[in-house]
Amino acid sequence: MSLWFGLAVVLAAPVLYLTVFIRFPVTRDVPWPALLLFAVGLGLLVHAWLAARRDSRVWRGRVAAPIALAFGVALTGLFCFGIFYQARQVPVSRGAPRVGQIAPDFTLPDQDGRPVSLAQLLGASNGAMLVFYRGYW
Amino acid sequence: MDSPEESAELRRKAGYTFTLLSDPKGEVIRSYDLLHPRAGPGGSDIARPAEFYLDATGNVRWVNLTPSIVVRATPEEMLAAIDASRQGG
Repeated sequence: MSLWFGLAVVLAAPVLYLTVFIRFPVTRDVPWPALLLFAVGLGLLVHAWLAARRDSRVWRGRVAAPIALAFGVALTGLFCFGIFYQARQVPVSRGAPRVGQIAPDFTLPDQDGRPVSLAQLLGASNGAMLVFYRGYW
Repeated sequence: MDSPEESAELRRKAGYTFTLLSDPKGEVIRSYDLLHPRAGPGGSDIARPAEFYLDATGNVRWVNLTPSIVVRATPEEMLAAIDASRQGG
């Protein structure tokens, strides 16, 4: 019982992170609900594994429990690698404009293909928030 | 580095009302030192996430260069930066 429940919880952790937790900064920036789910799921899988080791009659459990536990550990490792290593491979950008500097002017096409300059944006609304993003795909 | 057409589609689907600029060749992204080489679909170059608030003279008043692509400035942080800049004169 704890084997299937543990597997479900371990699988739910990354799915919920990518669909729900990622939408809220409090559960996205430090992914504690996902890590908590992984911990609970792995705890259940360890419990199932220990129970299967004790009871040699449950031969299916003796095979399935270590496989499920290895899968849970691998999935947890993959998630942590993605969030704490892969997502942090961002260039340092030492040459980016700093507070107190004048941002370099530019002219780029807007969503309708019309050229828009930074000076135009600044003049139109008494300042501008520039947001560079990774793109839409 | 999306094209204006892609930006128009994003703007329509997401319901954004602000201006979306395109930098398909990454010229401005490079001049701001924000290029993230080969990090996009199919190994294409893209911009790393970054936010700047500029006052009317183009002076940088607030910068956010996140160390992680899953951690971005929130709308509240951006609004606070704008308020602080305008109150500071």
